[in-house]
Amino acid sequence: MNATAPPPPTAARVPVWADPKYLIVFLITLVLVAGEARYSILGGYDRLATTLGICIATEVLLSWWLRGRVANIASAYITGISLALLIKPQANILWPFALGAFLAIGSKYVLTYRGRHLWNPSNFAIALLVLVAADQVAILSHQWGNDLRINLVIWAFGLAVASRARVLHVTLTYVGCFIGLAALRNAIVGGPLLAELAPITGPMYQLFVLFMVTDPRTTVSTRRGRIIVVAIVALVETVIRLAGDFQLALLRPLYPSPPLLALALVGPVAMWWDLFRQGRKR
Amino acid sequence: MFSWRRFIVAAAFVAAIVAVIVLNARAGGSGASTSETIHLSEVAHASGIDFVHQSPTLDPKVAHIAAHIAALGACVSVADVNNDGWPDLYFTTSRFGASNALYINQKDGTFRDAAAEAGIGSLNRAGEGVSMGAVWGDYDNDGLEDLLVYKWGYPQLFHNLGNGHFEDVTAQSGLRSWMNSNGAVWFDFDRDGLLDLYITGYFRSDIDFWHLRTTRIMQHSWEFATNGGKNLLFKNLGNGRFKDVTDSMGVGSTRWTLAATAADFNDDGWPDLYLANDYGPEELFLNREGKRFELARAGLEDDSKSGMAVAVGDVFNRGRHDVFVTNISERGFLFQGNNLRINFLKELGRFNEIATGPVADAGWAWGAQFGDLNNDGRLDLVVVNGFISADSGREYWYAMSKIAGAQGDIFEDAKNWPAIGTASLSGYERSRVLENHGQAGFADVAEAAGVTDLLDGRGVAMADLFNRGTLDVVVANQKGRALLYRNAGPGGHWVEFKLVGTRSNRSAIGAEVTVQLGNARQRQVVDGGMGFCSQNDRRLHFGLGDQRLGAVTIRWPSGAEQVLRGLAPDQLHVITEPK
Repeated sequence: MNATAPPPPTAARVPVWADPKYLIVFLITLVLVAGEARYSILGGYDRLATTLGICIATEVLLSWWLRGRVANIASAYITGISLALLIKPQANILWPFALGAFLAIGSKYVLTYRGRHLWNPSNFAIALLVLVAADQVAILSHQWGNDLRINLVIWAFGLAVASRARVLHVTLTYVGCFIGLAALRNAIVGGPLLAELAPITGPMYQLFVLFMVTDPRTTVSTRRGRIIVVAIVALVETVIRLAGDFQLALLRPLYPSPPLLALALVGPVAMWWDLFRQGRKR
Repeated sequence: MFSWRRFIVAAAFVAAIVAVIVLNARAGGSGASTSETIHLSEVAHASGIDFVHQSPTLDPKVAHIAAHIAALGACVSVADVNNDGWPDLYFTTSRFGASNALYINQKDGTFRDAAAEAGIGSLNRAGEGVSMGAVWGDYDNDGLEDLLVYKWGYPQLFHNLGNGHFEDVTAQSGLRSWMNSNGAVWFDFDRDGLLDLYITGYFRSDIDFWHLRTTRIMQHSWEFATNGGKNLLFKNLGNGRFKDVTDSMGVGSTRWTLAATAADFNDDGWPDLYLANDYGPEELFLNREGKRFELARAGLEDDSKSGMAVAVGDVFNRGRHDVFVTNISERGFLFQGNNLRINFLKELGRFNEIATGPVADAGWAWGAQFGDLNNDGRLDLVVVNGFISADSGREYWYAMSKIAGAQGDIFEDAKNWPAIGTASLSGYERSRVLENHGQAGFADVAEAAGVTDLLDGRGVAMADLFNRGTLDVVVANQKGRALLYRNAGPGGHWVEFKLVGTRSNRSAIGAEVTVQLGNARQRQVVDGGMGFCSQNDRRLHFGLGDQRLGAVTIRWPSGAEQVLRGLAPDQLHVITEPK
């Protein structure tokens, strides 16, 4: 997750409180505080300290060393919190947080094309951990208990911030696609429709929909392109989910987190294609 | 200049990925330790034990997830039922028409099922419910172990008549109240010399699984569910009757309790209650001098998992009751990890959770017990596991993950759950035998020790079944045959205690024995139910290792303290409470 939003359309100076970057910082802090206060979602403050500390330190160090200036740490802050929330390893081990944090920020400086990073940092780190460290790492499977209020508050703030950050179309496209494809999956595999719709009511999806898939730095340059890409992400997610329903062993490593891994597969390809096309136009 | 800097960063990046792979691989290899001192051989059939558990059949309204809901009920409890000095075994099954089993120890390495003639076999009947487990305790202090069978249905209390027969005294006891229970523990909370009873509720008590009025029967949260059955505390009035004192004592948790045990965790002389709750945090109810219980803030409340069993043991020989609670771990999907909580209640007012490696990850873990399997003076740990072993080519984890992270209202209704069909759910897992190496931690030696079964373990109990000075292990498996792991280890010095209460309850449940072992001391408690739907033998077993047997301190449930010195090792000592 990356806080850096596209520049506002006018030259008018935006107050700090209304800057989408800081609104996203506020929103993810709200998720953290609400989740921890009510449901102890972190599983230990050492996890937060580790990810946040290493994300920020890596960002400061690499930006200074490679680019000659210290980057704004808002992006690292958001990445750190989202990793602390989403990584759920075996008890009492901290290395997934430490290495995940370094790899997330490091990916911004290593996995680049034409000066832009291809993966959303936290998406890259989580996908990598889930795929190559499945013996010790899972992702967030908590929910907000049965408290609809917290769910609604976070969705309301999230949609407002997405609107302010001018990525609401991405969020709504994904949600629309998810619902439509849930109905399709239900038609194919049968069973209760609510079981197919259920995932989107949980916090993992909130983090995914409100922060990760909308990351301005890792979405393509046009509005139409972003809508198409996020629809493809939802489609790939559905393919993974159907493979899960039909017990396709080959894709078993992808089952625990279909949306995150769908984004990890689709996002960088779309970014690369977008940057490639921009380069050719120039 | 930038290029070599970028190269260094890229190299560090690749190194970090390699580190992830290496660190992950280390976890995969944690189950292959060898042991030269723990050897167990499975002898159930050879010993005459051919018990096979059967799961309950439920209302068709929940047929699509019946395999999930009905995956409970395989229990084993140990007691010397006929006072012949040899431990006997009681197993429960959970299908209408199927019989529970009472295996009487024949003193020659074999057992004989006497449940039918004893009148405690045929308990699974329509309208009455099905057995989920049992605990033994001499509630009337007549010197004979009585039996409480908890059920999804009406619990049943059986009075041991001493002639090989039992009398159903439920109706006059005041215990006939429909519950969906998966655990119970005898303990004397008010130290009046009479065993009281704590029965845990899992599903709500208004649910009749054979006549469902609603499908809204499931948990409303995976982490903080409070819509389970209410736990009940019954005070023993001494005239064969029990009185429900749950609310006045403050122990009516509705957190889907799967297991409870009692011990004096805070050393104030009063037995406390420790609960392992499914879909929620563990709970420790501290006993305030028998007048009320207080929910402790002991570092448990924020750590919400899926507690299945609670075992108490003195892990580092500090003279404290540490706690082990089993939970769920499944590769890629969920790492709740078991909890090994070291007791620092006196110093810090809390437990410190230290589980790592094979202690933390024992698959979908159920029953667990501490016991010194190699008589080296340290308590080892046996953990049984596996939830549903069905079609090994199909698994339910993905389907369950769809609703696992959802809004609670959705999965509270069973009709919203995807059908499980023939799929497995954390099936075919191997049990764990964790050898205690002291400060070096525990090593999983199951395979080397001879424990290789892949059955769906539920209850596990330990007892010196053949009076050899070594602990054997009995496992009750869901929809599977019961196992008896006879200890064939080299053996070392040991000492055992059978305690007989006088002022305290005759079973001496709640009595605590601390044995001095060199500079260390190991503490154990006589349990009235421990692990998951299981109960160890009343006799306490201590391995001595290479230490001399020092002073032995007994703290009786009455509060009396007794110090014994110069006891001979390698013997069972029968100690009667001073009057």
